[in-house]
Order: sequence, then C-alpha cells, then structure tokens
Amino acid sequence: MADPLLKVENLRIEFPTRRGTLVAVDDISLHINKGEVLGVVGESGAGKSLTGASIIGLLEPPGRIAAGQILLDGKRIDNLPYEKMRQIRGREIGAIFQDPLTSLNPLYSVGFQLIETIQTHLPMDKQQARQRAIDLLAEVGIPAPERRIDHYPHQFSGGMRQRVVIALALCANPKLIIADEPTTALDVSIQAQIIALLKRLCRDHGTAVMLVTHDMGVIAETADRVAVMYAGRIAEIGPVKEVIKDGKHPYTHGLMGSIPILGHDTEKLTQIEGAMPRLTDIPTGCAYNPRCPKVFDRCYRDRPDLLDAGTTRAACWLYDDDAKAAAAVTGETAHV
Amino acid sequence: MSEVAEKMSPDPTKIGADAETVLDVQGLKRYFDVSPPFLNRLIERTDKAFLKAVDGIDFRIERGETFSLVGESGCGKSTVARLVVGLYSPTGGSVTFEGQEIGGLSRKELVPVRRRMQMIFQDPYASLNPRWRVEDIIAEPIRFFGLTNNNNETLQRVGELLQLVNLSPKDMEKYPHEFSGGQRQRISIARALASEPDFLVCDEPTSALDVSVQAQILNLMKDLQKRLNLTYLFISHNLAVVYHMSDHIGVMYLGRLAEVAPAKTLFEKPRHPYTKLLLDTIPDLDMTGRERVPVAGEVPNPINPPSGCAFHPRCPFANDRCKAERPEPIKMPDGAAVACHGVEEGRIPEGPISGIASQDI
Repeated sequence: MADPLLKVENLRIEFPTRRGTLVAVDDISLHINKGEVLGVVGESGAGKSLTGASIIGLLEPPGRIAAGQILLDGKRIDNLPYEKMRQIRGREIGAIFQDPLTSLNPLYSVGFQLIETIQTHLPMDKQQARQRAIDLLAEVGIPAPERRIDHYPHQFSGGMRQRVVIALALCANPKLIIADEPTTALDVSIQAQIIALLKRLCRDHGTAVMLVTHDMGVIAETADRVAVMYAGRIAEIGPVKEVIKDGKHPYTHGLMGSIPILGHDTEKLTQIEGAMPRLTDIPTGCAYNPRCPKVFDRCYRDRPDLLDAGTTRAACWLYDDDAKAAAAVTGETAHV
Repeated sequence: MSEVAEKMSPDPTKIGADAETVLDVQGLKRYFDVSPPFLNRLIERTDKAFLKAVDGIDFRIERGETFSLVGESGCGKSTVARLVVGLYSPTGGSVTFEGQEIGGLSRKELVPVRRRMQMIFQDPYASLNPRWRVEDIIAEPIRFFGLTNNNNETLQRVGELLQLVNLSPKDMEKYPHEFSGGQRQRISIARALASEPDFLVCDEPTSALDVSVQAQILNLMKDLQKRLNLTYLFISHNLAVVYHMSDHIGVMYLGRLAEVAPAKTLFEKPRHPYTKLLLDTIPDLDMTGRERVPVAGEVPNPINPPSGCAFHPRCPFANDRCKAERPEPIKMPDGAAVACHGVEEGRIPEGPISGIASQDI
C-alpha cells in the first residue's frame, strides 16, 4: 500500500493551567490516504477540533503539542518554524471553518482575498490570479462570478459565503483540506448543497479531507472512514459503514442509538447516562467506564489501546485477546 | 368557528367528545416595522417596510399531544412561540388558550394564563441566572404565584421537581455553572414545571446539546408528558427530532404554514414540494447510498418575499399561477392540510423530489 498522505502518531496536546496540566488530546494516531475523506466525530470537548488545528499548526497558545508527531507526505510538519508552516498552510493543507462570516475579512472584497491567497502560493501575476479566482468561484457554484468577485462578504448569503470559503481553501490546490464543522452554521437545505459540493470537488481534484463534525449524518454521507473521539482519545476507527451500522465500541453503539432517525419508530432513544467527563477529572483506565453498560474490572484499571475488533479498531477491553479467550471459555462451559 | 378553522383542524378523528383543544391559533400575524428613519424615508422617498415574520397561520393543539413547527432559520417558528406565550402581541389573528383569547391581554391579565403555560428555551447557559442558586431559580415561579404556604413547603416542592427531572434534591444548593449543559436544561424544565402548567412551549430545547445528552432530554420530555399529561408546542429545525417527538407537525416557510399533517403522514407521504425538499436534505444515516440532489437556492429575504407562493423561486413545479396567487391551505382526507396550487391541481408527482429537480452545484 502507498504511504498515507497524512500520518498522525501518538499526538498529545496539553494545556498548562494554574491548576496543573490538562491533557486535551491524549495519544492519538491516525492516517489519511490520498483522496480519502476521514470523518472525525465526537461530542463537544472530545478534542476533535484541536486535532484538526494542530495539523494545520493553528493550535492556540497555551495549547501545545507535548508528544507525538505529524507527518505530511512523510515529512514532519509539527515542529516547523512559523514561516515554513505558513508556506505549507494554504499551499499543501487548506482549511474550512464553521462560521463563514468569521473566516472572511469583512473589509476586503472576496476577489481581493482570493487573489491575495493565490498570489501568496502560486507564481501568478494579478491578471492570471484574478482569472483563477473567477474560475474557482464558478467551480464552487457562485452565479455570475465575474461580477460577484468584487462584492464584499456581507453581500453574500450564508450558503454562498461558505462556498467562497471553500474556494479560498482550494486556491492553491492543496492535497489535504481540514474542514472543521463546515455545515454546522447552515440550514439543512444549504447543508446538503455544501456537502454535495465538497464531495464533488474532492473527487475531481483528488483532495483528501479531514472532516471534523458532531453530525453523524454528515459523516455517513461524506466520509470513507471515521474516527470516533471520546475525552481526547479515539474510541473507534474504521470504515464508515461498519462504524455507523455496527459500532464495536460501546460508546459508538450508544451514540448511534441516541440519534433519532426518520422513519424509525422508537418510543425511547438509547440513553447514555451522564455526560463526557471534564478534562480535569478523566477517570483512570478507560475514560468511558462511568457510562459504559458493559464495564468490567479491567476497565477501571488499565487504559485500552486500539484493538482489532473485526471490521474496525476499537479502544475497548472487550476486544482484547485474553477477554475474547475468557468469553469463549465461559461460553463453552455454559454450553457443557 | 370559522371556515379556516374547519379547514386546518389537524386530525378530524380527534375532534370529538373527549378531545379538548388546548391551543387554537387562527390567522395569526406578526409584522415587525423595519422601516428606515422618518427623515431617510422622506428624502429617499421610500415607503415603510415591514418584515412579515408570521403571516397568517392557523393550527390547533389537543390536550396531551405534541405539535411541532419545523423550518429553516428565519421562517418565523420562534416568533410563533413568542406570540403563543404572549411575549409578543399579534398584529392580527387570535391565540386562544383553553378557551380564552390571549392575543390582546395586558401583562397583568396574562399572569394567570402564564401559570398554566411555560416556556423552555434553547440555550441553557443563557436562560438561567448565573448569580442565583438552583433553589431560587426553581422556587421563583412557586413564590410568585403563591403556590405554597411557607418556605419549607416551597423547598420540599423544589426537591420534588429536581427529582422529577432526575437530579438530586441536594443540587438546589448549587449554582448553574456547576452543571453540564444537559443538567442545566433539566433545571430549565424543572423551573418550567414549577408553576404546574399543562402546556409547555419548547423552543429548540436540545439544539445546544450533544447528541447523547439530547437523547436524555428528549426521553425525559416524553416521559414527563405521559406522567403529567402535558401538551407541547415543540419548535425545532431538526426533522428527525421532530419526527421522534410529535403527533402533528407544521412545516413553516417564510412566515406561513406550507403543510400541516400527522407526523407519520408527513414523513411517509409528504405533499408540499418544500416538505419533500426538507425530507430529502436529511443526511442518510441508514447508509442506503442514495445520491441526493439538493434543490437550488436559499430562503429569500422575508422583507421582500416573492409574490404568490413564497416557495415558487425554488420549486421545480412552479407555474404562472404559483407566481401570481398565494395558495391557501387545503384539507386532505387523511387530516393533512397543504398550501400548494400544485397539490390542489394534482400536478406534483408522488415520491421524493430528487431526480426531478436538477441543479448544478
């Protein structure tokens, strides 16, 4: 198999505070292949946005990468000096954020912002850059781009603004786009348009995407593989269909059951008791142990790594070889 | 009752001996004056401008059921909620609560009505006073309406209410910031129930919460409804949540009701093209791998809405009549009511809208 485009190895993000160090992301490893869409889901505070921000080098201080490494095309990018990283950001890795109004500068026309970005990364004169900007706007589905290019962000509607942001991310044809909740601020009908657009663009350009969202529906529609995060760790990672339909980790299972689905008449939704722990008091062992219906002794003692769980990999002691053997033995004795 | 009311009654089978209408909304309108200042108007020779947030809607809610309003942002669903609880006064039309018209009541006259209808808001971080203990937050309605004889009884009642929403009576000592989002929303619910209301208006009660917590709150709300025989007006933009919670659903578009129908009917047999569009845009969690064809366009500016049917610029079935004439709701045999010329003329094909509507993205 070819080398993955992006490789994150044992990433750990810490926030030093007056009351001690908080570990927001704890020992995460994942990879994204060329042209692949990796979904990262989780509840608020699970560390999914921080993971994305650390990849593009936009981790806000005092947050810092305390351990691990990030490799793009086999080269380390997590320890680059600011100027070097600035060249990669935008050129190699594009970013799309949740709120299109805050990612665009209200004082400049969208054309100015697009041309500036294009000229920063590509050797083009102003005329060529303007033409490329118009082409990009047309590509993301903005009607009459040659006229709209001189408009200011407030003259665009929410959906159109997000299209401009996508055009900005695509300026230099990056290999990877980090999309952090790209559709959360949009209405459902607009959300569908943006998802379809992202999917088409990535297919056409062969761009890989890390799609960070809390919306399982968006993941189901868009991603090839999905990583489910919980309390700063990956609970489960695998092909999107297997994770959504048949999650192996009890958290994935509970999470899927708690989402109301159209046409499914369930009187009561599956309920995960409690809430995700705060960073200050993550329990020892498996972080999910206070809420897990299948918890046993070992979960309180040791922290599980990602284990082979058939079609996916899950951080759960249920899939440890010893546990499986034990289950098999008890199963047999029960049989006898 | 007028003809319109006849037309819009959500479920004809329910209108009988035992069914009791809790809320009856007829021709409800609320316009907001968004005109530029007088001098500007004089110099620029422009007319007064009105934003028709709610422009003539009718629905009724029977006791013990959940009626939901869905729609995209700016369609006027939250304005309806505020009109119903009397936070806004209507520009036109009537709101009748348990037989009493409340549209034009003064603040004072509204007090006894407010005891019987309460509201749960979207953001549990903004709707609880951070400087008050939970005890005071929940006891405020009890004290205001004088529902208990002394302070001990009040505290007892606060404890009971906390238990009702699955919190501990000990929590009344704490401040809101000591709770998570889901727990705060439980406190909001306890406060809403403190005055022993029989009607709750819930404006996006779970939109600010994570999915696993959302499930807890939705389960709690359903459970409380059964135990206390509550009636809900539920407002949300999330169709799956609405489907899970509701008996009847009204789909709003630009201040009007496009379609009102029993929940199951609406999802199994959507009639209005906008309802079809909304259902079609829900991401597919069943992983059937269907390709969605999103419908073009966005919600138009409500200050200057399109003529005729407000949905016609986005509707693949629109014709000249749709552009000229505003459709009125038409009652269907199965209890639905649809405001669409196409449905009336039978030119809207059945089934999902994808494949019919095409658009380049």
